[in-house]
Amino acid sequence: MGTRKPSRLPRLLTLSAAIILLSAGLAWILTTQAAAKPPSSATSSESKAKIRKVAMSTDSADIEIRPFRINVPEADLVDLRRRIAATRWPDKETVNDQSQGVQLAKIQDLAKYWGAGYDWRKCEGKLNALPQFTTNIDGLDIHFIHVRSRHPGAMPLIITHGWPGSILEIVKAIGPLTDPTAHGGRAEDAFNVVIPSMPGYGFSERPQDTGWGPDHIGRAWHELMGRLGYTRYVAQGGDWGSVISDAMGRQAPPGLLGIHVNMPAAVPGYLMKGILAGDAAPAGLSAKEKAAYEQMSVFFAKNGAYGSLMATRPQTLGYGLADSPVGLAAFHYDKFNQWTFSGGDAEKSLTKDEMLDDISVYWLTNTAVSSARLYWENNNNNFSAETQKTNEIKVPVGVTIFPGEIYRAPKSWVEKAYPTLTYFNEVDKGGHFAAWEEPELFAKELRAAFKPLR
Amino acid sequence: MSNNATTEEIEVRTFQFKASDADLADLRRRIAATRWPEKETVKFPEKDTLSVPSQGVPLATMQELARYWEKDYDWRKFEAKLNALPNFITEIDGLDIHFIHVRSKHENALPLIVTHGWPGSIAELLKIIDPLTNPTAHGGSAADAFHLVIPSLPGYGFSGKPTTAGWNPDRIARAWVELMKGLGYEKFAAQGGDWGAIISEFMAVQAPPELIGIHTNMACTLTPEVLKALAPGAPAPSGLSAEESRAVEQLALFNAKGLGYSFEMTLRPQTLYGLADSPIALAAWMLDHDVRSLEMIVRSFAGKPEGLTRDDVLDNITLTWLTNTGVSSARLYWEWKGAPFFNSWGVKIPVAVSAFPDEIYQAPRSWAEKAYPKLIHYNRPDKGGHFAAWEQPELLVKELRSAFKSLR
Repeated sequence: MGTRKPSRLPRLLTLSAAIILLSAGLAWILTTQAAAKPPSSATSSESKAKIRKVAMSTDSADIEIRPFRINVPEADLVDLRRRIAATRWPDKETVNDQSQGVQLAKIQDLAKYWGAGYDWRKCEGKLNALPQFTTNIDGLDIHFIHVRSRHPGAMPLIITHGWPGSILEIVKAIGPLTDPTAHGGRAEDAFNVVIPSMPGYGFSERPQDTGWGPDHIGRAWHELMGRLGYTRYVAQGGDWGSVISDAMGRQAPPGLLGIHVNMPAAVPGYLMKGILAGDAAPAGLSAKEKAAYEQMSVFFAKNGAYGSLMATRPQTLGYGLADSPVGLAAFHYDKFNQWTFSGGDAEKSLTKDEMLDDISVYWLTNTAVSSARLYWENNNNNFSAETQKTNEIKVPVGVTIFPGEIYRAPKSWVEKAYPTLTYFNEVDKGGHFAAWEEPELFAKELRAAFKPLR
Repeated sequence: MSNNATTEEIEVRTFQFKASDADLADLRRRIAATRWPEKETVKFPEKDTLSVPSQGVPLATMQELARYWEKDYDWRKFEAKLNALPNFITEIDGLDIHFIHVRSKHENALPLIVTHGWPGSIAELLKIIDPLTNPTAHGGSAADAFHLVIPSLPGYGFSGKPTTAGWNPDRIARAWVELMKGLGYEKFAAQGGDWGAIISEFMAVQAPPELIGIHTNMACTLTPEVLKALAPGAPAPSGLSAEESRAVEQLALFNAKGLGYSFEMTLRPQTLYGLADSPIALAAWMLDHDVRSLEMIVRSFAGKPEGLTRDDVLDNITLTWLTNTGVSSARLYWEWKGAPFFNSWGVKIPVAVSAFPDEIYQAPRSWAEKAYPKLIHYNRPDKGGHFAAWEQPELLVKELRSAFKSLR
């Protein structure tokens, strides 16, 4: 995530998106008033029954919450393995490093395991052991995991994944967050956790129309929390999850107590101009600011191509991602290598199984193109405080800086970007995929960040 | 003058290409087995502009292309056409370079090296061979004749794929000079569009004494002053002529929406594994070069051919597929390291420019005059786009005859 700059948003696009958002907003007001429920320790079947009743009484939108299980047809797995085995490879890169992208030997190694040793059913079993649901919001079936803590008074928390991630980025943090006493925390640290798949991602439905940008998703998430009976909750995210959590913070719907992001949009607007123009860091920056400026410069000059491609031509790119498993895997693996806290070797942070679980979710749901389209919907600079309008965020904000993040936002920038900042911390391990790479540390940060809001 | 030189100073071997039946069957099998994404969420625009949304090649076009490619398209026809031409391979700078070499029967024909671009190949250039080498059969006179050399770029088509870094346009330009001299030409001209234009400009910057001038159909006319005025955030330039305003508008569209593919190939050519593994991935990638040619190709597959036929488009894509050069050709962008495509390079020798209206930008005469102190020809043909030789061969041939007249 993080897209190359758009000089101008197509006007027509902005207009139609605005119309869609407006109608989504109306739907939001109508449905949340009907569905608002006090938080309770009710079992999921009890709350489901209540929600059914509400659905019947409103006789308008379908707000039912349905249990969901994954069951990939065996034929799809056979076809996947057949395609991997039939991969036609290009020749080797002409350099001895990653400067041309994912090296042939590395992707061949990954593909070999994917085609022969890897077992999707293990991942499927792990996901199906979690309570999963779908519910239709604004015409789209949204998939989510919902794990309630056994501790009364647990704080409801909605966590949003990013690209090229999925709900699988987050599942390792479920235990520490919902069952803190088993993970070095206390009962009063507990969260009830909601982990949705973004529209067009994984097991959520693919939008057939335009308009599902971060603002729309943010409103949908509030609707989702309302349907689950949560009237007071917090939101968290990295990557797109940060952008969406920021959007929710701007919207500040009633009941949203605060947000936490691990990829803040903290770069001051005037500096972003220089970064995009390829200028050297201006004088007067602190050492940390200068380092962050340089990380951003490298990102936009050397690593941002995937973003500008998806932001402008998701469909053209998507033919290969939909048809070639190795084409898809390489596109993601590139980012895992770059963005984990691993020095460019993703296997130091994530296992092959973990990466292939995530890649297989994209493949088996054929959502590479629909996920790429989020960049097209939001061809925006996701690191710029100005573009993300972080100064309009009205709720308390917590930020954790993981050392392997695309850039390490200095406290000085974060404080300026987020006037309502209530928590800031820098930790010593973990990268862009914080919850995936360091789930225990991630959970510890969320406990600390949200403690004053309980 | 030894335009008619016949003594080759380099070792060349004749070349013919025959795809195996198994490769063709595998290609058809893969096309038939394509797994498709869903349809784009916006209608493909008839004319892409800054204010119209587009998501790239529409699903309907790709599915029609796939149907035609699998069921009706005949590679053997193109292969025969290719093999009927004199094809050669020679080693330059450690790499096998493939080229077509057609000598005119006319004495004093002007030797000309014509270079293709991306996503093209020598397939772009076949239509101009006969009119240029045999002008009297195509409305010209014997004095219009050229001897033609049409190489495949390193990593493209039948040329070797570099295994080490360094084959950038500057090095390719040097190799071309060596090729022409090696073929015995002591005086020659160069021509190209796309990468071919940039390589021709680099030859002109190197200015070997044998090179008498170049013709470009994608002129590099952005001088530092123009670039500065067009930089993001700069105030809108005032006092532009109609030609200049049009070019500025075209460049703004290209910068905002048309650079994603080149940015990816510049930074991550190797990550594009899908181009080697999926024919449909490769085809979509090659269709979506610039907005005007994509629109033309979409119309062509919708039954309204103009410029390029379905066979034209698929000849080029199939050539790239069969030689598995999707990634190796993309690497030329990596070698270019993100330099601007339309920069003025300070060429001092004679330059001729044809500015086709649907090119990425139609270089204004005023900019061309500043960029090329020895501008010997400038014209704005009334139709045609990025692939001039392929789309409008007759117009380009006319341009080349007129462009080089003064240098013969």
